[in-house]
Amino acid sequence: MAAEVLAELGAVSWRQPTDERFLRRYARIWLCWTVAYTVPFLAAAIGLVALEPLAFPVALASLAHAWIIPELYAFRGASVLRPKGPRNERSEPVAQGLLGDLLGHLPRELQRRTGLAMQRSRMGVWLIGEAGAVLVAPGGRRVHCFCVRTTDRGLPPSDRIAHLLLALRTDEQGFATVANHAFCGAPWRVRRRLPVAMRPALDAACEAARAEDGERA
Amino acid sequence: MSRLIKMDASGHSTLAEWTQEDQSGFDAAVREFRTALDEGCIGVLDQGEGQAQQVRELPRDAELVILRRPIAGG
Repeated sequence: MAAEVLAELGAVSWRQPTDERFLRRYARIWLCWTVAYTVPFLAAAIGLVALEPLAFPVALASLAHAWIIPELYAFRGASVLRPKGPRNERSEPVAQGLLGDLLGHLPRELQRRTGLAMQRSRMGVWLIGEAGAVLVAPGGRRVHCFCVRTTDRGLPPSDRIAHLLLALRTDEQGFATVANHAFCGAPWRVRRRLPVAMRPALDAACEAARAEDGERA
Repeated sequence: MSRLIKMDASGHSTLAEWTQEDQSGFDAAVREFRTALDEGCIGVLDQGEGQAQQVRELPRDAELVILRRPIAGG
């Protein structure tokens, strides 16, 4: 990535730069938070049945909470990649052509099949959607989901992706700082909430992140 | 042939084209470029290999300069 500061960073000057260290710390906080809101419900369910077996309906409700809350967070993470906004079907082929020119051969094919643009970079492997991005951390065991979009919502979908791709290529750390962090967790938690057509892109990004981690080691 | 394009609702529009020898074409492109910057656009030079560069002056020797809108957290 070029050593350049993204122009949009001025609008979020109070934010701490989102670098690899920040993301590792953020991942640990997310893990602790997930445990903190899951374990009490599990413990309550076990405790209720142990104390009074007839309380099993309440225990089931408690177990449901332990399952649903993490699922909602994962859904929020997957939602950053879902198609959003107008389809602009008449102008989309033109935008698709420009985006294709910006991507290499394999990412171009992947984008046409899945709607997501893959970009390898220093912090990991990115998947860029129309209104968000997912960073697969090196090793492919964790993803960070970001809400980020262009300020012009009337653009065709591929142009919205191209905007994010160009910003990412300009300044990866600045891009992650401008974006709003929506979720952090294991890739499988996001994958099963993604539209089926998009899942191969996440698989490819995880595979690329694992391969790059192996090369760095 | 160098091009200055702007991503817009039509996909993208070519605002100007110029060659190394075409001074008037380049001057027109510079005017278009500055107008777009004044409107809040950001000039980007895609350098391939996952790199891009913001430009505040129109580079004469660039093959393609893209104007994009700012991004923001959603």
